[in-house]
Amino acid sequence: MNYSGFRLIKEALTGHRGWKPAWRDPEPKSRYDIVIIGGGGHGLATAHYLAKVFGEANIAVLEKGWIGSGNVGRNTTIIRSNYMLDGNEPLYEFSLKLWEGLEQDLNYNAMISQRGVLNVLHSDAQRDAFRRRGNAMILNGADAELLDAKGVRDMAPFLNFDNARFSIKGGLLHRRGGTARHDAVAWGYARSADRHGVDIIQNCEVTGFRIEDGAVQGVETARGYIGAGKIGVAVAGNSSRVMATAGMRLPIESHVLQAFVSEGLKPVVPGVITFGAGHFYVSQSDKGGLVFGGDLDGYNSYAQRGGLPVVEDVCEGGMALMPMIGRARILRMWGGVVDMSMDGSPFIDRTHIDRLYFNGGWNYGGFKATPASGYAFAHLLATDTPHETAAAYRLDRFGRGAMIDEKGVGAQPNLH
Amino acid sequence: MTQTNRLDGGLIDRSETLNFTFDGKDIQGHPGDTLASALLANDVRLMGRSFKYHRPRGVFSAGSEEPNALVELRSGAAREPNTRATVAELFDGLEATSQNRWPSLSSDVMAVNDLLSQFLTAGFYYKTFMWPKSFWEKVYEPIIRRAAGLGSLSMEPDPDAYDRGFLHCDLLVIGAGPAGLSAALTAGRAGAEVILADEDFAPGGRLNAETYALDNEPAADWVGTALAELLEMPNLRLMTRTTVFGAFDHGVYGAMERVTDHLVSPPEGAPRQTHWKITAQRALHCAGAIERGIAFANNDRPGVMLAGAMRAYANRWAATADQTVAVFTNNDDGHRTARDLLAKGVNVAAVVDIRPDAQAMGDYPLFAGAKVLNAKGRLGLAEIEVRLADGGQTTVSCGALGVSGGWNPNISLSCHHRGRPVWDDRIAAFLPGPTPPAGLKIAGAAAGEFSTHGALKSGAAQAVAALSEIGVSATEPEPPRSEDAPFSITPFWHVGEGKGRAWLDLQNDVTVKDVKLAHQEGFRSVEHLKRYTTLGMATDQGKTSNMGALAVMAEMTGQTIAETGTTIFRPPYTPVAIAALAGRARDDAFRPVRRTPSHYWAEEQGAAFVESGQWLRSQYFPRKGETHWRQSVDREALAVRKSVGVCDVTTLGKVDVQGEDAATFLNLVYCNGFAKLAVGKTRYGLMLREDGIAMDDGTAARLAEDHFVVTTTTANAVPVYRHMEFVRQCLRPDLDVQLISTTEAWAQYAVAGPNSRKLLQKIIDPEYDISNEGFPFMACAEITICGGLRARLFRISFSGELAYEIAVPTRYGDALMRRLMEEGREFDVTPYGTEALSVLRIEKGHAAGAELNGQISPSHLGMARMVSTKKDSIGAVMSRRDGLCVAESYRMIGLEAEDPDKSLPAGAHLIAEGDAIDAAHDQGWITSAAYSPHLGKSIGLGFLKRGDAREGEVILVANPLQGESSRARVVAPHFIDPKGERLRA
Amino acid sequence: MIITHPILGPRDASEFTYLGDASLIDRPDGMNEGAAEAFLDYVYLRDNPAGEHRELWYHEQGDRSWLVVTRDTVTHEVTKVELACDVALAARSAT
Repeated sequence: MNYSGFRLIKEALTGHRGWKPAWRDPEPKSRYDIVIIGGGGHGLATAHYLAKVFGEANIAVLEKGWIGSGNVGRNTTIIRSNYMLDGNEPLYEFSLKLWEGLEQDLNYNAMISQRGVLNVLHSDAQRDAFRRRGNAMILNGADAELLDAKGVRDMAPFLNFDNARFSIKGGLLHRRGGTARHDAVAWGYARSADRHGVDIIQNCEVTGFRIEDGAVQGVETARGYIGAGKIGVAVAGNSSRVMATAGMRLPIESHVLQAFVSEGLKPVVPGVITFGAGHFYVSQSDKGGLVFGGDLDGYNSYAQRGGLPVVEDVCEGGMALMPMIGRARILRMWGGVVDMSMDGSPFIDRTHIDRLYFNGGWNYGGFKATPASGYAFAHLLATDTPHETAAAYRLDRFGRGAMIDEKGVGAQPNLH
Repeated sequence: MTQTNRLDGGLIDRSETLNFTFDGKDIQGHPGDTLASALLANDVRLMGRSFKYHRPRGVFSAGSEEPNALVELRSGAAREPNTRATVAELFDGLEATSQNRWPSLSSDVMAVNDLLSQFLTAGFYYKTFMWPKSFWEKVYEPIIRRAAGLGSLSMEPDPDAYDRGFLHCDLLVIGAGPAGLSAALTAGRAGAEVILADEDFAPGGRLNAETYALDNEPAADWVGTALAELLEMPNLRLMTRTTVFGAFDHGVYGAMERVTDHLVSPPEGAPRQTHWKITAQRALHCAGAIERGIAFANNDRPGVMLAGAMRAYANRWAATADQTVAVFTNNDDGHRTARDLLAKGVNVAAVVDIRPDAQAMGDYPLFAGAKVLNAKGRLGLAEIEVRLADGGQTTVSCGALGVSGGWNPNISLSCHHRGRPVWDDRIAAFLPGPTPPAGLKIAGAAAGEFSTHGALKSGAAQAVAALSEIGVSATEPEPPRSEDAPFSITPFWHVGEGKGRAWLDLQNDVTVKDVKLAHQEGFRSVEHLKRYTTLGMATDQGKTSNMGALAVMAEMTGQTIAETGTTIFRPPYTPVAIAALAGRARDDAFRPVRRTPSHYWAEEQGAAFVESGQWLRSQYFPRKGETHWRQSVDREALAVRKSVGVCDVTTLGKVDVQGEDAATFLNLVYCNGFAKLAVGKTRYGLMLREDGIAMDDGTAARLAEDHFVVTTTTANAVPVYRHMEFVRQCLRPDLDVQLISTTEAWAQYAVAGPNSRKLLQKIIDPEYDISNEGFPFMACAEITICGGLRARLFRISFSGELAYEIAVPTRYGDALMRRLMEEGREFDVTPYGTEALSVLRIEKGHAAGAELNGQISPSHLGMARMVSTKKDSIGAVMSRRDGLCVAESYRMIGLEAEDPDKSLPAGAHLIAEGDAIDAAHDQGWITSAAYSPHLGKSIGLGFLKRGDAREGEVILVANPLQGESSRARVVAPHFIDPKGERLRA
Repeated sequence: MIITHPILGPRDASEFTYLGDASLIDRPDGMNEGAAEAFLDYVYLRDNPAGEHRELWYHEQGDRSWLVVTRDTVTHEVTKVELACDVALAARSAT
């Protein structure tokens, strides 16, 4: 069934009786050519591209709970391609281009909204660093503009220009950045994958791999053994747990990242704004909630909830940057578990086990990467060669000294 | 208006009249009123509009769970959007304005959405607005965003102050209703440190809203007696207007006290709100229960409210929404409402009870086995249509309808650690699960004890149990005699017949039909249901809506409600102001300011300051006639090269390293060798992270066999010290070495330039020889100056000139700077700031923060040979990985602008001449750049692939970000004195 | 979170700075044969368990002790706190 305004009108006039489930609820088959573990954004996107672009049939996505229950359903919805390093920017720019055509590709309105991402800067050194980054973005085909203080003020006059501890000296503006409706991304990919024949199997936790002669044969699940020609793992947040069952230790720690949403307010924040002298970034949803966040809590955790020190730190940043939000109230705070990797960058790679592939380590930035990550992982699964934009995301890069460390903080995940 | 719906009695103070306005109209109420009760008393039922359909709405509850009656409170910068009228305490001069409507509350243009509701079903936006592609952002989304949100921000900085504080206690009692009061009395009498917190301004909870007797006294009297006793206890702190909004790890609770929200404006210096972090050994959740409605057609009309709220307004606030009311219920509670309103002289037109065997509690018409089909009346309820037990239908005129679908224990806080609640058939509701946050117990209605007696009893019993866990013995008191009626309920969620939509989530306009559509489309998991329909995402976070929707979904899937499950409960329990969580850390008080000892001297000189982390450093010292910063900086830099300059370098990190094994320790920390450094000598040291990347550089001076002074960069002072402590405590606890950070203990100045020795000789006590022979390059010593003042002298140079750094105890820093200026007058001594410092070090080719950015290896810096292979040191092994040292990799270079009029922008990228300007041909970048007044041209440092082999090459400097490019010549990164003759002079 | 410092008693976790897995105490010897492999493991690979985790915290706003905290990463319950230097010394004497 195709979604469109006409269809909506027709259904509205006939009592909405014609709508079908957005995806089927199939029983798992005994074997698939390709099994994707993880029904989050990346797993579902991988299935969509495998089926639609790479012509694979006979694919299953196994999800331990409900699809979209991981970080695609729990993030601050930002999409952007404003990375600095060679290993990163091509993938994120590829991702942004996929976002730009996603709704038509999926026939699903994920409310992609390119209202811009503005990184506010507060010092000359920061301006130099942003200049390096902005130039790298442009060299990679992305967009970037360096604003002076007046340029920032014209865009966001409500920021603290008068009484700030760290005065605003300018900003790096990435106009094509913005936000997307996070849940709809999972649903759109799921619905499209399903329409291309992918079996999406919920409530089907994978409990182990069957590995023979160095090659993976299938997975043990809560709903029985499922054989597979190839297996792709996309379970960020739980990567270490799942890969441990295949005997692997990863360059990843699990950390909690909190985010916040305010009560609904009439729109005032135009796009995404990040503070350069503290931990705070904010956007405003199409429903009116201010969606904001800051730093990691900083310790290993699988608890999916955070602590008060970070709540206060984020609110301090908010009040320092834009004191007009003081009387807005936090409606909900939540914590997600993120794969923090040793250089702050992800992995899309084969493993040392034949036919077992791994996608993870997305740190706090997995949402924006969803389309390209899915595409690149599908490329790897289908062709056994890395996609050109993901060629740097190898598991052996540490051994080679080829780290992709945007922040330059080294092998300490909680600092990335 | 004259309070036409004001009843007798209640807990309001009629001796005083409070004047307030709602949408500009002048209205009166009394102390003890909330905005909602005062509006009801004045016959105002219409208080708001819903989010999506802009349906007219009245007050639905009498508590913080209110979904409908949200207003903008106050005006100007103090405007507070989305304030619940039900908990806004009335004060004289209160201004309230309705929101999400235009032009007025009674005629709202956007109510047209209600007519289009057929098209605006759950998730409709996911299916449309995709064509043409460009229209989403240009047309559709702007329209949607114009309609978004409820209230609006003032756009002015919050004018009020906020505080934060810590509290500690043995037992935190959350909620001061019957269970909480009983618990507090029990714990307080046992001598425990108790905090009793309640969100209300009047403790008592439901006791204030009911007419029960306790020990034959009115409940309010018992509450008064209990409070009197509690307030006498020195070990108990009663916190009213305080919402415990979250349970965090290890017994930490977040609580928001609304200190002055009930006043027109906070008194001078007083905070509006205070965020308390309460660390409690044990906590008791006594937050009661929240009533739920029953869905039927048009159950959102103003005047339709929860039956318990209707009763609370009558009993506590002496207010009724109308003189004629009706009740719709599936349990006994609705009858209590009818009974109490009848007693207050309100006409009860009907009680509609779905239970065929329902018994009346008073003299009112009872329709047993009946249900309400529809509510009529556009801006306020006028009549209800009732399906009778015999299948017939009747109409009842009424201006208000109290609905009771049962009560949900308030489980939110008990689930903040992701514990899942359990279903209890007895009360047809969820109870707290078996794994509440550690140290939290639950009592009273929050634990499903719905009778007054049960609440009093369980509060005391749980307090005793909690205290016994921490070794405090307490005795359960005999509770006062009170009602102990068993709870009788027939679960009933929605009527299912009648024309029109039946609301589940009032604020977000989610109806029974939406839940059915979600089911039809496969959004059956509760989380999918929530996210697809927006159910439970309103400002009440589903407190008034979730249960009904879960029941409808359970009905559709054929599962039980228990199997259907709940969404996750998250903090805050009720929304909390961002400003209050930030406390006083805002504006210029966001972070502390660190000032060096010469700061005030520099201020006197008219210095410009620059932030360096939290430090303020002198950036340059403009002189009369200088109109551009470059003039000052050029002058300062040249002065250093020509004569002598002084720069405050106190902000550099300093670490004292002492002990027999100090050299062994530094040999591990630095990649280059330190074991053989002679006493009285200083050495440049490069510290690596364990991953082989440069972490920091600085010097280590050996003052004695067992005593080194290490300096770090300003930015890395804290992390480097932390790292050194890690190495000492975790890696080499066997060594005899002690560390102490002395950054704040010593004021330090760079004295640089050909005349620096002459200047210092004037202040250094004569017994110390600082001649070139007596104190050569890289020498260090403990000396005295100015007639006996203890000082440290290091002959080190960042500028490339003959230079020293001299350190004195911090308190002498200001005096030393003044003395140097005075004594240096004959040399035209020049204070210089961070800008000139930077120019000088770029000219000399010293790496600084922009080069040591955490991505650079010793090899990139051209220092690979410094990494000793004769010893183990942090990072040495990893620094030898191919990717960090192959010849094709980056090398640090110098750059000279080809065009003397063009500056070299730091952050520009380097591309070989003739290559395309794109990522594939990107070969490096400029890290630092400056105009060198000494060389008369723009120079820079940067990293370039194979840079060490490309000296002389002219390269493209690409800065497409700012639409410019230029050319520069690759040179060695030493622009002056490559042989280092000056600094040895 | 509250960390009960072996010397200073219960302290708010915000006084501390977190580093990571306590295995960072077991640094390989850089002069040994095969040091490159050993360091690759030491620097980059982690067990990252869901459950009991021994980890390093630094009392930065306090007495500057490094502590080894045994904490459950699912519940955040802390079951043991030791001075890291004691742990490191014990490990040294064991080898």
